[in-house]
Amino acid sequence: MKLLVAALGVLFAVAQTPTYRAPHRADGHPDVSGIWQAFVTANWDLQDHEAQPGLHPELDGAYSAGPGGQSIVEGGDIPYQPWALAKKKENFAKRGQVDVSDDKKWHALGDPELKCYMPGVPRATYMPHPFQIVQGSNNTILMAYEFTSATRIIRMNWTQEAPTDAWMGWNRGRWDGDTLVVDVTGQREETWLDRAGDFHSDKFHVVERYTPTSPYHMQYEATLEDPKVYTRPWKISFPLYRRMEKNLQLLEFKCVPFTEELLYGKFRKPGVAR
Amino acid sequence: MNAMKAAAVSAVAIAIALTVSLSGQGKKTYSAPKTPWGDPDLQGVWNDATSTPLQRPNGTKDVLSDEEAADFQAALANELTRDRRDGGNAVDVNRAYNDHWMDSRRLKITADHRTSLIVEPRDGRIPPLVPLSPERQAARAARAGANARFNDGLPDEHLDMSLPVRCIIRTDSPPYLPTIYNNNFQIFQSPGVVAIGPEMIHSARMIYVDGRPHLNRGLKQWLGDSRGRWDGATLVVETTNFRPDEGVVFQGADPATFKITERFTRVDPTSMNYEFTVEDPRTWTKPWTAIVPWNKVDPGEQMFEYGCHEDNFDIVHFLVGARNRQKNAR
Repeated sequence: MKLLVAALGVLFAVAQTPTYRAPHRADGHPDVSGIWQAFVTANWDLQDHEAQPGLHPELDGAYSAGPGGQSIVEGGDIPYQPWALAKKKENFAKRGQVDVSDDKKWHALGDPELKCYMPGVPRATYMPHPFQIVQGSNNTILMAYEFTSATRIIRMNWTQEAPTDAWMGWNRGRWDGDTLVVDVTGQREETWLDRAGDFHSDKFHVVERYTPTSPYHMQYEATLEDPKVYTRPWKISFPLYRRMEKNLQLLEFKCVPFTEELLYGKFRKPGVAR
Repeated sequence: MNAMKAAAVSAVAIAIALTVSLSGQGKKTYSAPKTPWGDPDLQGVWNDATSTPLQRPNGTKDVLSDEEAADFQAALANELTRDRRDGGNAVDVNRAYNDHWMDSRRLKITADHRTSLIVEPRDGRIPPLVPLSPERQAARAARAGANARFNDGLPDEHLDMSLPVRCIIRTDSPPYLPTIYNNNFQIFQSPGVVAIGPEMIHSARMIYVDGRPHLNRGLKQWLGDSRGRWDGATLVVETTNFRPDEGVVFQGADPATFKITERFTRVDPTSMNYEFTVEDPRTWTKPWTAIVPWNKVDPGEQMFEYGCHEDNFDIVHFLVGARNRQKNAR
């Protein structure tokens, strides 16, 4: 009888959820190693957005224009507090401005992506670059991103709180069934969520869920919480795709040399040619 | 005192292991753990700090006795300690300030008491250089000019600064050699790949060990392109495809012809030999090899993110300072 109930339970569960069950490794968990990439346009804007010109269409023409896309935010809109919505709009208006002449206002202007700063979480996941997960057999998992060679160490079943803030945060992981759950605190408050100026404060808390849905896909979901900026926690979700090209590898996107002129060019000695 | 004793005890163990592996024969007494998928298991955080210099100081013998090694370490500790008060205010404060940042593991000579990290050639010295081509002489001179402007506090522009100052590459470029701080490396593995995460800067070096070929020669990277294979318990890594920029590869070698082979071998439960051989017929008259001991870091200690470019105030201070100096000099 017990067996029958259990069997029915399994049938019921299968009927209720996607039928894929990831193969398990020797340690009983799915293997999420590999090179992955999101194919959403959320790096331009998490919410609904039309195709848009770049910052300097008079120089770049259509080269730096961004694609349109549908919102990846559950419910469509980010639940900003009124002051924060105004701040987001200001961020967007000043996204292309840079001024590093004063240490104290170093991070005041401009999208950190423009300045090649580590993108933080979850933005790193949906930038238009691949990332590689190296899941070994100890209590850490590496997530390595092509963009500016940013990395995160996921510490599994770790209890200690963030000892200090970091651009890619303090990442503690655990398994919830076949889902890798990563709890992210201790992120530097200066990172943004996209080029539209979406942002957070130093009270930012992100919980990510990576769920294998086929050998080639994972569903990614993140809950974003910040009592200083949002009125309630909110969610984003989208699939991650395994990059299938033969011999594909993570290449470098070391963008410091691409942004140095923007940041430091104005301090050049007069008369010295670029 | 206890730490010294512990170091001496493990020194004996490592010296034995080293002798065995260096002579290339004899029975191995230590067998490294394996990952569940059967590769040697190198995972964990490792530290390569040591006070043994890369090159043997002239007139020094190749290996110190226990007593000489203890004296050397004691003298070095005294040289660098923040607690000294015998140099006058400026010197004492500077020394204490520097000491704060430094990796205390750097005070230890290699456990086998070598006086150079270089093991080949046997004199412990970098082989003689070959004459530079006119093109490379010009590139080297341009770089030297930029360095001189920087050292005089008068950089023309950010491009006068070195790649580490610009936060493009630091000690994450092979060969890995100890510096005064941030000497940690975390190794991650999954089937087909070994990733080395150096503390400085935050990059991850992906070493593919699945037999794939190198990138095509034209595709260059700051940190090159690494391929690994397992030779028994040793991870052997060959790295090519470095960018041509001056300063990208070790000691100003020519990135076009520079070749580096690294060997990672665990020699006891808490240490690993990091051996590298570099060759470049346009730079050195022959290849040379060094062995740097890597010591496992207590799992209770962790590696933290090393941001660099994100708050690189220094680069602006250098430039603004230079512009002000030039204005005031007029």
